[in-house]
Amino acid sequence: MNHWLVVPVVLPAFAGPLIVLAMRHDLVLQRVFSTAATAAQLLLALWLLLQSMGGEIQVYRLGNWAAPFGIVLMLDRLAALMLVLAGVLGLVIQLYAIGSGWDRRGRHFHSLWQFQLMGINGAFLTGDAFNLFVLFEILLIASYGLMIHAGGELRLRAGVQYVVYNLLGSSLFLAALGTLYAVTGTLNMADMAARIALLPAEDTALLRVGAVLLMLVFAVKAALVPLHFWLPATYARAPGPVAALFAIMTKVGIYGIIRFFTLVFPSDDALMRLAADILLPAALVTLVVGQLGVLGARHMGRMTAFAALGSVGTVMVAVAQFQPAGLAAGIWYLVHSTLATAALFLAVDLIGTRRQGGSLWLRPAPPIVQAGIVAALYFAAAIAMAGLPPLSGFLGKLAVLQSVREGDLTALIWTVILVTSLFGIVGLTRAGSIVFWKAHEDGTPAPHPAEEPQPDAPGFPSAALALTSVGALIAAMVVLTVLAGPMMRFAQDTAAQLSDPQRYIEAVLERQEGVK
Amino acid sequence: MEFLIASAIGSLTAAGVYLSLRKRSFAVVLGMTLLTYATNLFLFVTGRLVIDQPPVLREGVTAYTDPLPQALVLTAIVISFGMTAVVVMMALGSFIEGGDDRIDLPRRDREGPGA
Repeated sequence: MNHWLVVPVVLPAFAGPLIVLAMRHDLVLQRVFSTAATAAQLLLALWLLLQSMGGEIQVYRLGNWAAPFGIVLMLDRLAALMLVLAGVLGLVIQLYAIGSGWDRRGRHFHSLWQFQLMGINGAFLTGDAFNLFVLFEILLIASYGLMIHAGGELRLRAGVQYVVYNLLGSSLFLAALGTLYAVTGTLNMADMAARIALLPAEDTALLRVGAVLLMLVFAVKAALVPLHFWLPATYARAPGPVAALFAIMTKVGIYGIIRFFTLVFPSDDALMRLAADILLPAALVTLVVGQLGVLGARHMGRMTAFAALGSVGTVMVAVAQFQPAGLAAGIWYLVHSTLATAALFLAVDLIGTRRQGGSLWLRPAPPIVQAGIVAALYFAAAIAMAGLPPLSGFLGKLAVLQSVREGDLTALIWTVILVTSLFGIVGLTRAGSIVFWKAHEDGTPAPHPAEEPQPDAPGFPSAALALTSVGALIAAMVVLTVLAGPMMRFAQDTAAQLSDPQRYIEAVLERQEGVK
Repeated sequence: MEFLIASAIGSLTAAGVYLSLRKRSFAVVLGMTLLTYATNLFLFVTGRLVIDQPPVLREGVTAYTDPLPQALVLTAIVISFGMTAVVVMMALGSFIEGGDDRIDLPRRDREGPGA
């Protein structure tokens, strides 16, 4: 048994409390320790990714209890890829938070960050449905703290809405798990899959109720229309780096849908058709709402939030077919859109921290310092978000378009994706031109160079670090584009592995030598 | 017995949904509490209703009540308790900062200062 599998959960679980208990008075110590812990998680995730490339599904039995009685962690290609994504985002955005000074505007930023990563890592690794619920709660409770970091009235109000919405989602999650447990008598995902295949026909009605409830829960997390209402205000009002990290939180919902509907439920054909029939229209509407929101937004945070919504829609269009080609395209676009959303949130935050009063409203304002480099970063992030060449979003959208060519709705899906992309491009361009080109048109003269806050002034703890970390996210997308061939093959291998649930069931339930 | 439990879960859920759709955060918090009660009761009966039986299987015992939902309910109660405390604190924070306990966002969230 490979004990490294549990470390991505255990390491932040120890780092978080240690930061609160032993380092709460020393910000520098917190920064060093927390960054080291996140970097260690990233290295570990990369190592686990290397191990998963062989295609073996590794299973870790907590306390060495036999499945399905104990909790298991599973590492497959998808879980490893998501761990790496969480590690990259966690580290880069943490460096941005340090560079931009966000981490000292409130208390306990770094320990909440570690708890957040603990929940995210655990949710990707776990092979037990109830354990997934517990880890969801861990990542949510950390996100509540991060969401209202640095306080402020509107942020607290948006935070209350966010918490209420997610608590209702959690109740629904429990109800779904209870229904599934009542039907199958197990909570282990692989065991559940094995039992659903043998379920008598008269029990399938209750099973489908449970499955659709579970899909609704993940749709709330992924912010699929019409369950998306929590997202725009939350993301727009959250501190910039926190909103950037939240880019992966919607993807946790998508991950849940992929995991359950490829591993647990595929033996019930009618249920899978039902899921596809609900998810595909929802994904298309999400895409339209998201990109129209980009076009109509008057606030840069809100605009980026709607762009994130649009990217969720694009991923779900590909995933909702539950075919290997669609899954591969979805996984590729999922990785890309997470990086792009995070980069755009950080670029917007760069603008906000340089404007008077941190205003993110799309109105002409006096020119900002370092306008050239900030504009370049915004430009690159917007290109990525809109899915234009040369960054990886273009290849991702192409893969998504190609993956739906076999179906009946090809014309509709192509039209929606292409037309909404145009909305996105226009919206992002308009925002960029208001912020950077109309900067002089509000009547106030440009500030005299001597009055400009210097990047070394207290408002800018380390502008270089902040700019570099946004650049690092864009560099990650350049790497994704340059290594498109190997990455696409990896996504196809991942999809192939997901399409064969029998191997998961064997790995969890059958190979159990030396357990209690 | 089944009717009693089922109607209890039903009425708690109905009241919870109604209250959580109100626009004051106090009612919403109450509604969420009722909803979590309903969910906990529901989880409790997912192992089927059994009366007067031991929860753990022993040698020679044929009838027993499923212990797993009870463990799940314990976890769910702890989590929902903590979450309710968090939402109460946040609602209090926004009440103190904003001066009212409305759950919806004010106009200036959409239109900016001076709108």
